[in-house]
Amino acid sequence: MISVMTNEENKVLNTNLLIPKTDPSKDKDYKIRTEHVDVFYKDFQALKNINLKIRPYTVTALIGPSGCGKSTYLRIFNRMNDYIEGFRLEGKVLVDDVDLYKDKVLLERLRKDVGMVFQKPNPFPKTVFENVAYGLKIQGVKDKHFIQERVEHALKQVVLWNEVKDDLKKNALALSGGQQQRLCIARTLAVEPNIILMDEPTSALDPLSTGKIEELIFELKNEYTILIVTHNMQQAGRVSDRTAFFYLGELVEEGLTKDIFLNPKKERTQNYITGRFG
Amino acid sequence: MIRKKEFVIEKFLQLSAIITILTTIGIVLVLTIEAFKFFTEVSIIDFFTKTDWTPLFSKKQYGILPLLSGTLLTSFIAILIALPIGLVIAIYLSEYAPRRVRNFVKPALELLAAVPTVVYGFFALMVVTPFLQTIIPGMSGFNSLSAGFVMGIMIIPIVSSLSEDALNAVPMSLREASYGMGSTKLQTARRVVVPAASSGIVVSVILAISRAVGETMIVAIAAGQQPRLTINPLVPVETLTTYIVQVSLGDVAHNSVEYRTIFAAGITLFMFTFALNTVSHWLKNKYRERYE
Repeated sequence: MISVMTNEENKVLNTNLLIPKTDPSKDKDYKIRTEHVDVFYKDFQALKNINLKIRPYTVTALIGPSGCGKSTYLRIFNRMNDYIEGFRLEGKVLVDDVDLYKDKVLLERLRKDVGMVFQKPNPFPKTVFENVAYGLKIQGVKDKHFIQERVEHALKQVVLWNEVKDDLKKNALALSGGQQQRLCIARTLAVEPNIILMDEPTSALDPLSTGKIEELIFELKNEYTILIVTHNMQQAGRVSDRTAFFYLGELVEEGLTKDIFLNPKKERTQNYITGRFG
Repeated sequence: MIRKKEFVIEKFLQLSAIITILTTIGIVLVLTIEAFKFFTEVSIIDFFTKTDWTPLFSKKQYGILPLLSGTLLTSFIAILIALPIGLVIAIYLSEYAPRRVRNFVKPALELLAAVPTVVYGFFALMVVTPFLQTIIPGMSGFNSLSAGFVMGIMIIPIVSSLSEDALNAVPMSLREASYGMGSTKLQTARRVVVPAASSGIVVSVILAISRAVGETMIVAIAAGQQPRLTINPLVPVETLTTYIVQVSLGDVAHNSVEYRTIFAAGITLFMFTFALNTVSHWLKNKYRERYE
């Protein structure tokens, strides 16, 4: 659950930071709801009246030409847009019924629940182990045994364990690009988020590594709710349950991936998917 | 005609470059020759092992260690001041300050380096020492503490400016990764940005030390002129640079051993700063392309 900070909690912040994952049996219908969301960068309107609901344990692909607002949309859920000068949001962004922009949400805690994987693999210039342990350590987790277990588990989740288990002290920058990206995913998983945002996670990788990441995404959706921005139509088709097509800051169409690809309702979607523009 | 003009300009520029190099070679050559003559008269082993430096007294001793210790002590105190303050300023400017503030503060700080060192020297002697004496009774009027302290302030901009460049060069993507996992700004700065910039920070510190080791005016004015092998910061000491000033200004006969001591001290100083600059240059090259 996304937690809202009360004064009392604020005081004990460092003692109880590991928030349990949602139990699949008690799911509400939707994990994420955005209602009438407008986003501005100074005078420029990047998102226009976006209404979208996302169910838990699904993969949603966000597609559209560059500059259509899909990355901006992705980043509203961990409030990474906050750092951009002139950023302003109107409307409601609800995760587990908590309004991320209205209720008193503590950014540090939000980002443990909503993890992010970036376009280019960006491991820290530290060892493989330290990379995965980072999220736990900044939460003040001291228990070495616990950290070790969590690191191993996360590396196994991304199928990297067998490749690195003998070199956990190796600098992460020495790994291949594909390994680095899986490491970055492991690093995100280690803090046990329940939503994972992926911003073109395979655009810097070769086809083989891309295949591995896609398989991984397919596995991960059993435990996490995943949003993925991609420019690769085949990828959207392969990994996602639902697809949302953005164009010029508007959500043109959203639906089951196979419907969007085989049977789009709007002509603009049809044109984009068949490669007539974009 | 144009070709001829181009040719003349090119040769002129070449000549300017050559003159610079020749000057440097000349300085090193003079230093080496005079120092060599010195070491034909004084044993190099005594020079580096004896603990008294009294070339101007009747009982002459040529042990460089007291001068070296004076230089190291004042420089050590300076870096003790400059490293933490400089680093904190660098972190503030690169991670916290809005661009407006940074564009104002950075050049303002660099002004510190533009203050004539003689002013710093008098500041140390007339302001810092009397103030410290009220806290530490029995502190000598000339001492390495206030000289080192003021020298530390002088080299803050070297540390802060170069470290800030290094912090700034850390890719934004690493900060995003850290924020994305729920780090605060401080955690991100401390655990990700500073370690990633560590080689650049080390370079800034080495260059600052090099500057402190070669600094003359402040120590000549405020640290005293008594060669003394000590780590006590409250008593007068003499640095290599101060000694060179002292002899150069005095009436020592040219071509005497006493006269040549300044070249021996000079070459010791030169080796020191040369080694520091080489190390920093090497570090800079070694880590430059790490993220590219």
